[in-house]
Amino acid sequence: MDWDSIKDLLGLTNYWVAIVLMMSGFYIVIAQDNLVKKVVGLNVFQVAVFVFYISMGKIDGGSAPILKEGIEIYSNPLPHVLILTAIVVGVATTALALALVVRINHSYGTIEEDEIQSIEHEEEDIA
Amino acid sequence: MSGAEVMSDPWLLLLVVVPLLAAPVCVLLRSAGGAWSIATAVSWAVLGIAIKLLMTVLEKGEVVYRIGGWDAPWGIEYRLDTVGAFVVLIVAIIGALVLPYAKQSVLKEIRHDRIYLFYTMLLLCLSGLLGITVTGDAFNLFVFLEISSLSSYVLISLGQDRRALTAAFRYLIMGTIGATFYIIGVGLMYQMTGTLNMADLKTIMPAVADTRTIMAALAFLTVGISLKLALFPLHMWLPNAYTFAPSVVTVFLAATATKVSAYILLRIMLTVFGEVHLFDVFPLQPVLIAMALAAMFLASLSAIWQQNIKRMLAYSSVAQIGYIVLGIALTTEAGIAGGIVHMFNHAMMKGTAFMAIGAVVFATGAVTLRDLEGIGKQMPITMGAFVVAGLGLIGVPLTPGFISKWQLIMASLEVDMWPLAALILLSSLLAVIYVWRVFEVAYLREPKRTDVSEVPMSMLVPTWSLALIAVYFGANGTFTLDLAVTSARQLMEGF
Repeated sequence: MDWDSIKDLLGLTNYWVAIVLMMSGFYIVIAQDNLVKKVVGLNVFQVAVFVFYISMGKIDGGSAPILKEGIEIYSNPLPHVLILTAIVVGVATTALALALVVRINHSYGTIEEDEIQSIEHEEEDIA
Repeated sequence: MSGAEVMSDPWLLLLVVVPLLAAPVCVLLRSAGGAWSIATAVSWAVLGIAIKLLMTVLEKGEVVYRIGGWDAPWGIEYRLDTVGAFVVLIVAIIGALVLPYAKQSVLKEIRHDRIYLFYTMLLLCLSGLLGITVTGDAFNLFVFLEISSLSSYVLISLGQDRRALTAAFRYLIMGTIGATFYIIGVGLMYQMTGTLNMADLKTIMPAVADTRTIMAALAFLTVGISLKLALFPLHMWLPNAYTFAPSVVTVFLAATATKVSAYILLRIMLTVFGEVHLFDVFPLQPVLIAMALAAMFLASLSAIWQQNIKRMLAYSSVAQIGYIVLGIALTTEAGIAGGIVHMFNHAMMKGTAFMAIGAVVFATGAVTLRDLEGIGKQMPITMGAFVVAGLGLIGVPLTPGFISKWQLIMASLEVDMWPLAALILLSSLLAVIYVWRVFEVAYLREPKRTDVSEVPMSMLVPTWSLALIAVYFGANGTFTLDLAVTSARQLMEGF
């Protein structure tokens, strides 16, 4: 492996982090039975996308996008602004998900998916 | 874009802003009746604007509005062409008919102190769905997608059965993954093109189309949208969500939400990737056709085994989405026109069917087949509408289902895919079975209960209005089909 490709690999650190976070979050959502842990997984998954967007806006050697003499290269502020919106959406989604978990806990007495499923199957057999 | 300066039409913005602003007003009023009146007035205003916009679009080709006066691609641009105007019309018609219907049904199914919040959410959902259709900006589309999705999770969770809560939670998880996939796709496209404006993306895309980044973007976008679209096998959230949601919500979502998602698929495939030979870059066509066929057969088979009529109709929806995607996947003018016209026809038929079943639930509280023996004799007017919708789902001549299936069959023959035509006919036979099961129970058995009577006029009139719209456009299909063909031609030629 030559120096250039090592530099490329290191330069992409943010993207590696984003991918690792993305896949861990996604895995938690699929594999966990506990509904709160699922919501946490979903959050990790969304945060990975934030990291991805924020890294995308960064330009090598670029400064903050404020007009000032002597500065030629600026980072791209647009992805950062987009992600502000996405963060708000993520917060709303988490709040709603947790509210639903509270109500599920009230009416089922559990927040474990497998237990909820067996309760639901019993109900369907009676119905 | 044509060289001439396009008119900036403020109605395009009002279409989204009116329901969006009416929603908090409903919260402030805190009264069930007041919220309903506002929501109804807004839904009819939206229908008025939708018809006006459709006429403008038919006259001028397209309508544009620049938010804050900023030119695209710097500012966000709202842009409506024929297919957009057609989808806006679908959403507006359903909205305007669902709200009069909702009054009685909601009083019975939703706790009284939550009713004003129910209408708030319905307005937000309406606003989000309309926003998706009019926006010309890929990220703005995500925001509207989340507005409509978050409000629909709340609406579903308001169902009486506690399983509505778990259905809403599962939909939330799947829906959020779908929407997040969508923004990953948009982000990857932005990395390569530096723009979010769809018309702009379209012109830049050919230069970067062979890169792996764009291939990954396309994959994320397709999977994300397919989740929202409930394309088989990503439909797992849909049956429970439709079954346990309040009747009004099921009518509204079944008729509009999946159609709007199909519209997003069209936009991405034919506008954003419009200048790229999509299927040379990525073997998407066989995948989409296989999924569509699997939906048409497996979901129809599942529908046959259901005891709960709402769940049966939900599986039928998954199957019908298969037809829409099949049309889109053919990517010929005739095929896309078939998909688009089926969006309209399916919205009308499934809306009618769910309205009729909602009325049955209102009158009897029951929704399973064995509780509804002889219901056709006790509620002849309601079940009459269901019969119309059922025949439409099968695709009997004179119903709208016939027009779209005919168009899809012609489209498959045109590209020499005659096995597809045969499969479309064959899957319609499955629809005969599941629709017949309801007919048989409703009409050929003796009623067990004696305390059942017809529902109030405020529910019957919207149900039959929708049924009559369906029959009118079934018997006289030229208007909708012409619109669909024009839409398809515009999509293929581009903005």
